[in-house]
Amino acid sequence: MWIKNIVLILVICIAANSPINGQVYFTKNGRISFFSKTILENIDADNNQVISILNLQTGALQFSLLNNAFHFPKAKMEEDFNEDYMESSRYPRSTFKGTIVDINKIDFSKDGTWPVNVSGELMIHGVTKNIVVPGKIIIKGEKISASASFKALPKDYNIKIPSIVSNKISESIDVTVDCLYQKK
Amino acid sequence: MRYIKLLLIIVLLADLFSEKIAAQDTTNLINQLEKETLKDKRVYTVATFKTTRIVDGQSSENLPANVLDVRISHRFGPVSSGAYNFFGLDNATMRLGFDYGITDNFMIGIGHSTYQKTYDAFFKIKLLRQSTGAVNMPVTVSFVPVIAINTLKQFDSVKTIFSDRTSLTYQLLIARKFSEKFALQIMPTFIHADNISFNHSKQNILAIGIGGRHRISKRVNINAEYYYQLPDTKASDSRNVFSFGVDIGTGGHVFQLDFTNSAGLTEKSFISETTGRWEKNNIMFGFNISRVFQLKEKH
Repeated sequence: MWIKNIVLILVICIAANSPINGQVYFTKNGRISFFSKTILENIDADNNQVISILNLQTGALQFSLLNNAFHFPKAKMEEDFNEDYMESSRYPRSTFKGTIVDINKIDFSKDGTWPVNVSGELMIHGVTKNIVVPGKIIIKGEKISASASFKALPKDYNIKIPSIVSNKISESIDVTVDCLYQKK
Repeated sequence: MRYIKLLLIIVLLADLFSEKIAAQDTTNLINQLEKETLKDKRVYTVATFKTTRIVDGQSSENLPANVLDVRISHRFGPVSSGAYNFFGLDNATMRLGFDYGITDNFMIGIGHSTYQKTYDAFFKIKLLRQSTGAVNMPVTVSFVPVIAINTLKQFDSVKTIFSDRTSLTYQLLIARKFSEKFALQIMPTFIHADNISFNHSKQNILAIGIGGRHRISKRVNINAEYYYQLPDTKASDSRNVFSFGVDIGTGGHVFQLDFTNSAGLTEKSFISETTGRWEKNNIMFGFNISRVFQLKEKH
């Protein structure tokens, strides 16, 4: 009899743990863009190869991107961004690791848009900072997408902008996140 | 029953740590995805040199597509000409050039030098690109042919035709960026000299160049280049050219401050017609200004 019980418990055990895996969503082509606005020049750059993982149960949310996958309208901007500002060969990736604080209020079985708060560690240019950012989770049928926009200051991440170009690069950069997740 | 108890405890523990395990899971998963995406991505090495020239000669760098580069290069007279000529600054030669990137791997350029009233034109094509990731390529290889036409008026007694005034230079540029700080380039060069610019003993000259870049700060580089002419093809009064310079780049502009023993600014003149000697202070100070314009935005 006890063998039967063990099997039963094992089944329960596996069943209890499997939803964790079943509720992990991911994307390999999320989009993060940023925008710098000054009187002299507007700079916008796009990265469409953002990796992100979202765990619906725990609210764990992670992003990872390659800095050299940002594309700019002008080739010279892209080179300067990687060589002089981001130092992409030294710091190839920017990452975010955090949680959706209020994940529990979301009903994933219904379509809808849920405003949420995300808190965690943003790492850019080798510097990690704790941030809290408002975002949105959008549920539409089987699809889950996440979006957010926030401001980041280059000086917070030890990115120095020389005075000669300081009137062309904003002190505060608008960052926009857009990810459409699929089930793992 | 003992086993069941034990199992229950394990299940409880697993539940207790499930959150932690899940967080671990996402980290492992993201690491795995990062690796996957890197594996099938070819990462090209960029900015091997700061501009499309090392000092006078071509570097393996190409202009990106739709980018126009206006280049003004000055060379003053030899420092050895003394205080009367203000150490060379009273005499200046210059080249005005326009380069344009057709694609990221193919560029063209035209220019005019006051030295021998020379017009020149070239194209540069990348045959191989240094990369890592999906394709591991150790070097960048480019091919550059240059045509230069000396339009200086000749004495009436000397009749010249177009081909007498025309020289051709073919170069292979083999470059490798070893680190963020250091890049090296080797340039096998073949020159077919014209008949009027210089007293060449042989019209076909072979040379091998070596050039390098050392980055001393984010925006400042030291560059140097040397061309060695094979002794049996070299004209007897021609010297091998050695040049070095510092370049300072600031968002679209690059300034280069150079010292060289050559007055000429086109390939055939600085590689095969240099007469200045470093040991006799026949060196010239010069500067290049490059300004790029993106003529068509990418998106």
